[in-house]
Amino acid sequence: MVMLATMEVLPNLFGGTGDSISQILSMLFYVVFIVFLFYGQRIQMYVMIREVEGSLYKLKYIKEEGRRITIETIKEIGKPQTDPSARVDRYLEYFTISPQSMDPAGIVYKLDHILDVRDTRLKDEVKIMAPASDEVQVNNLENTLEAAMALNFIYKVIRHYYIQGKKTLSLYIIMQLQMILPLVMKEAEAYASALKAFADGQPIGDGAGPLVAAKLMHGYETRKVPKDCVVATVPLEGRTAFIIKAEGPGGNVGKPGDAVKAVIDENEGKVASVIMIDAGLKLEGETVGEVAEGIGAAIGGPGVDQFKIEETVVKYQIPLNAVIVKEDIGDAVSPMRKEISDSADTVIERVKNVILERTKEGDKVIIVGVGNTIGIGQQEKKRNE
Amino acid sequence: MSENSSSATTKISTYLMSIVLIVLALSIVALILAVNFYPSKPDMAIYLLIIGFIAMSLSVYILFQSRKRAARMKIEAPKVMTTIECKKCGFKSVREFQRGDFVFKDLDACQKCDDKMIITAIYKEVKEKEKTYGV
Repeated sequence: MVMLATMEVLPNLFGGTGDSISQILSMLFYVVFIVFLFYGQRIQMYVMIREVEGSLYKLKYIKEEGRRITIETIKEIGKPQTDPSARVDRYLEYFTISPQSMDPAGIVYKLDHILDVRDTRLKDEVKIMAPASDEVQVNNLENTLEAAMALNFIYKVIRHYYIQGKKTLSLYIIMQLQMILPLVMKEAEAYASALKAFADGQPIGDGAGPLVAAKLMHGYETRKVPKDCVVATVPLEGRTAFIIKAEGPGGNVGKPGDAVKAVIDENEGKVASVIMIDAGLKLEGETVGEVAEGIGAAIGGPGVDQFKIEETVVKYQIPLNAVIVKEDIGDAVSPMRKEISDSADTVIERVKNVILERTKEGDKVIIVGVGNTIGIGQQEKKRNE
Repeated sequence: MSENSSSATTKISTYLMSIVLIVLALSIVALILAVNFYPSKPDMAIYLLIIGFIAMSLSVYILFQSRKRAARMKIEAPKVMTTIECKKCGFKSVREFQRGDFVFKDLDACQKCDDKMIITAIYKEVKEKEKTYGV
């Protein structure tokens, strides 16, 4: 009754002269205008919060799926006696503290040491979690766990800023979060895809470099070089090529910095060129699998290997060339796309061109396939050093 | 831990669902009232009709949106293929990826020449074409 009375009185207050519908519409217009005048920013913020909340639920789902897939894979491959869930949860919370950089001298070797310790520790954990797994499976499981770890970290950071924004009702925290969300979601989806690839041991887009190296060294004897890498001596266009890649087919990036240094030192610096092949981040609009050439050390990661390679080539004044296969972050960590797999032959042609144009017959060259070699093997026959 | 978290996710969607269902029920009530009011108070019936329709369309829209979101929440595993080749006779076959496959893995003898076959490529098939944006 009160509502009916109000509806009859209110239009007169707003000076409505037309029929009842136009009166109610003009009244609604004033109400909406006043509400937006005073609460516009707050409404905008609530809309953003809702958007972030939706993405956060999706991130939570992806993270939980990642954890589930990881535990299932460990149970299936590693045949543990006890439930590995608690250990996996502990693993997902592992952190690494980077070295102090106030005095940057020698920081590369400090970081190198910390990364070595981390790698050993994580591998040991995987061996405890999955006792029945072999070396290849340990590497694959370690990669799977690292992808799950990345998903866990992304979820926690986004949740942190979401709660902080809600607590402080700060438009600027929420706005920043909402603006970067599409990129964060893309990365999270890429890791989710990577997780399945790692669990099954499928080659990923980042393996473009090792794939080219594997094709070049196929049919030739390989030997191990430090650390976790293999090298094959291959005659190529009248030159002697030392082809280096991480040892596969387990998920492994090796330490190409140490491997390149070892091969250059073995040859007393008498190397005409170092050619690095890697997956390179493409810009929007560029085609996946496009091949480009350049100069410098084509290698990502924390920078330790890039530093070592640059240090060695500078010492002996060796030219450093690079060939990259373009792909985006999603392609780099998810199962290898056909375009990337097919580009390996184009890369080989480009590498041969570089060798023909930049070196003389009888020279020695080093070709490094940089990246994760998961799902990419090499000649089975090995001669240990 | 996982069970708790997934139940939390379900709780939110149930909460949202119950609100939407209440709004839907109220909109139906508004529409029935509109029919009842029409002979005696046609103006009031029109307001109730408008409110009823707006509430009903909003709740149906939210219902569809939440269904879409639930559908989007699946992690789709791409189809990964393995190419097997015989280096001697060139016989080539493509099959779905199996756990344990890796590039340059030696497999069983070739059906045609009895030489060993090897895996030469493992890749995923991407169906959708990237938008070009005309630039």
